[in-house]
Amino acid sequence: MALLELENVHSYYGNIHALKGISLTVEQGEIVTLIGANGAGKSTTLKTISGIIDPRKGSVRLEGEDLVAYRAHEVVSKGVIQVPEGRRIFTRLTVRENLEMGAFLRNDTQEIKKDLEWVFSLFPRLEERQNQVGGTLSGGEQQMLATGRALMARPRILLMDEPSMGLAPVLVDLIFDTIKDLNEQGMTILLVEQNALLALDVADRGYVLETGMITLAGDAKELAANPQVKEAYLGG
Amino acid sequence: MTQEKKPTWKDAIQLGVIGGVLVLFVSLVGMVQAFDGRYIISETLTLGQLLLFLPPLIVGYISATRTDAQHRVSGILFGSVSGLVTGAILAALLLLGSAINLRAMFINASPELMDILMFGQETLAVATAVLVIGGALLSVLGAVIRLSPPLIRSAILSGVSAVIIMGIMQELLKITFGGRDWYMPIDDFLYEQKGLSWMGVVVTFLLGVAISLWRARSASRPKKTVVKTRSRERQRYVQIGSFVLGAILLLILPQFLGPYPSEILNTVGIYVIMGIGLNIVVGYAGLLDLGYVAFFAIGAYVVGVLTTTGSLATVMWSWWLALPFAVLVSLLAGVILGIPVLKMRGDYLAIVTLGFGEIIRVVALSNWLKPYIGGAQGILQVPKPQIGDFVFKDPEQIFYLVAIGIGIVAFVAFRLRDARVGRAWKALREDEDVAEAMGINLVNTKLLAFATGAAFAGLSGAIFATKLGSIFPHSFNLIVSINVLSLIIVGGIGSIPGVLVGAFMLVGLPELLREFADYRMLMYGALLVVMMLVKPEGFIPEKTHKAELTDRGDVDFDSEIEPIAPAITEI
Repeated sequence: MALLELENVHSYYGNIHALKGISLTVEQGEIVTLIGANGAGKSTTLKTISGIIDPRKGSVRLEGEDLVAYRAHEVVSKGVIQVPEGRRIFTRLTVRENLEMGAFLRNDTQEIKKDLEWVFSLFPRLEERQNQVGGTLSGGEQQMLATGRALMARPRILLMDEPSMGLAPVLVDLIFDTIKDLNEQGMTILLVEQNALLALDVADRGYVLETGMITLAGDAKELAANPQVKEAYLGG
Repeated sequence: MTQEKKPTWKDAIQLGVIGGVLVLFVSLVGMVQAFDGRYIISETLTLGQLLLFLPPLIVGYISATRTDAQHRVSGILFGSVSGLVTGAILAALLLLGSAINLRAMFINASPELMDILMFGQETLAVATAVLVIGGALLSVLGAVIRLSPPLIRSAILSGVSAVIIMGIMQELLKITFGGRDWYMPIDDFLYEQKGLSWMGVVVTFLLGVAISLWRARSASRPKKTVVKTRSRERQRYVQIGSFVLGAILLLILPQFLGPYPSEILNTVGIYVIMGIGLNIVVGYAGLLDLGYVAFFAIGAYVVGVLTTTGSLATVMWSWWLALPFAVLVSLLAGVILGIPVLKMRGDYLAIVTLGFGEIIRVVALSNWLKPYIGGAQGILQVPKPQIGDFVFKDPEQIFYLVAIGIGIVAFVAFRLRDARVGRAWKALREDEDVAEAMGINLVNTKLLAFATGAAFAGLSGAIFATKLGSIFPHSFNLIVSINVLSLIIVGGIGSIPGVLVGAFMLVGLPELLREFADYRMLMYGALLVVMMLVKPEGFIPEKTHKAELTDRGDVDFDSEIEPIAPAITEI
């Protein structure tokens, strides 16, 4: 059984038919990427998974359990954790407070402490700046913080929305190295990216989304070599 | 002329005009005249005159801040120009007011005001000269104070403030301690019939200077980490000791103060309870509630209906029995208001809550409920609480109720803030969407904030009802909500000690100074504007808000644009 499975999902914004029957699976331990142009439905898919939007048709299942019935905060408690688009860290709280907020649903103080150290070992910059207010961090550090905050919830699957957005190339590389690193430690990741080249490079499998429908799916290497994909997303 | 090329001359004149507008304003709204009856220094200086003196002083002071330390002389010169302009504007008012009748437009431009502006001079020409030159001299004084070394500056300011405060306090002290034997010699020594005696001026000034110097000294001394070296057990004893001491002090305070100051403290206390409650809603959870008075009204009316022995008598319960119902009904009202506004944010939420507050007031006034809650006539004969033979009858006894109320409410607020729900509120205040993504149940978190805040207001209303002994709908208008919101802003949003300070400033001071009552709203407005400009985080800021509103430290702007993530980014 797949860890996460979407089956024929139709989502709407009012009358606008945003997702027109999306089906996809993410297996335990995989990095799966969802690529596509602006307005293709990538973020809508993530919102549907995390319960912010309820699909009118279709099902979202986590290890067979239907998530559609759950509200957004309950989906979080199931272990489906987002790194939101644009990072959305708590700018007025300190780095440490941000990370602790990520562990809001957990009670195991000792384990939280361990995870905090783990996050600090992944992102040493955050440890240096742990008492600094989030808003004072650079964009790259904010992305690290947003990722770290999500990790503090001990995700079963991590949903990352455009982690490369607005970052300098050197920082993008750093973030993607971390994504690979996390995956090697066993983390399952669903990665939404506009930067298809990078995404397909780290991912095991990929889906190409166009106007609310999946037009291509398959192994990441094959997709990267696909002439259609190349033309549309990889600059020829 | 080289000076004319300096932009600072323009600044100096600009400042002078601002000062002039300020003196014109305080004169023409009638404050100068209203405050002229109160003498600060006997036969010499009234509060009204002080009001006229302050703008040129402040203008001179500000003028001097704009010059650097090397140019003291030019700083003083700039100051004098500003003051000259301010004085000239005031003189223009005097000349104009003496020549023609301004009262058609400015009702307060009365002969009495002109009389005050003459400053005892016989001829108009001399008086004009006095105003202009006086303005300049005061500004020079302001500039000199600004340019003197910090230690001396704060000493002078502290001394002057002490004189002004003691001058204003004369009447209050007399009302409070007039009958006591020990107070009479002090009064004789410090005060004449009206205002401080010269001896009193000197003594209070020196006292102010001494306080300032002492504070400067203790601030410069390196702090020892006393607390850490103390053993835990000893700390505990100290805690208990100070608690007991505080309790004893509170117990004897009203007896010591007498009825009038106790009454003022009670009014302040009722606002403190409301302030702590609204602080949870606005300060902790970031939900702007402009209809907070509704819950205060509900608490008061529930107590009124359940306890009154007047014409609307129903069950005639004791206050103690009615109290939990008042709190509970308010709490439910908080939830009821909370449910429809769950999806709303910011401005929309503020408007809806504003409407809710008005609805409650209009319903209280309506004929529909008149048979039960008395409409405009209100509910009379709300009994006083009683424990055994002890009746909480006078302000001195009601004070205990208020003090216990504040204690309970502050304790609950502190505990909630540090609890899990406090963290949820914090996340909610910072970013609602992300809070949800952290697994926080927004519905429960919001409703709990509304409910807690409302319950506190209900408690406050219950005490208010028995304190007044009767309830009228006009006690529950929008101004109450505005007052509570203002006092938490002035004190520092999110900070509980800030609520105390804010309540004393905004509720206590106007009660103490009767002359201020007419200008209360004016003062509020002025104070809020000044606070937002000078100290936006409030007098006793809470940590997070301070971080937001003050220097952000080493912000790294080099890498990229700020993240902006609209709610719906793509379709």
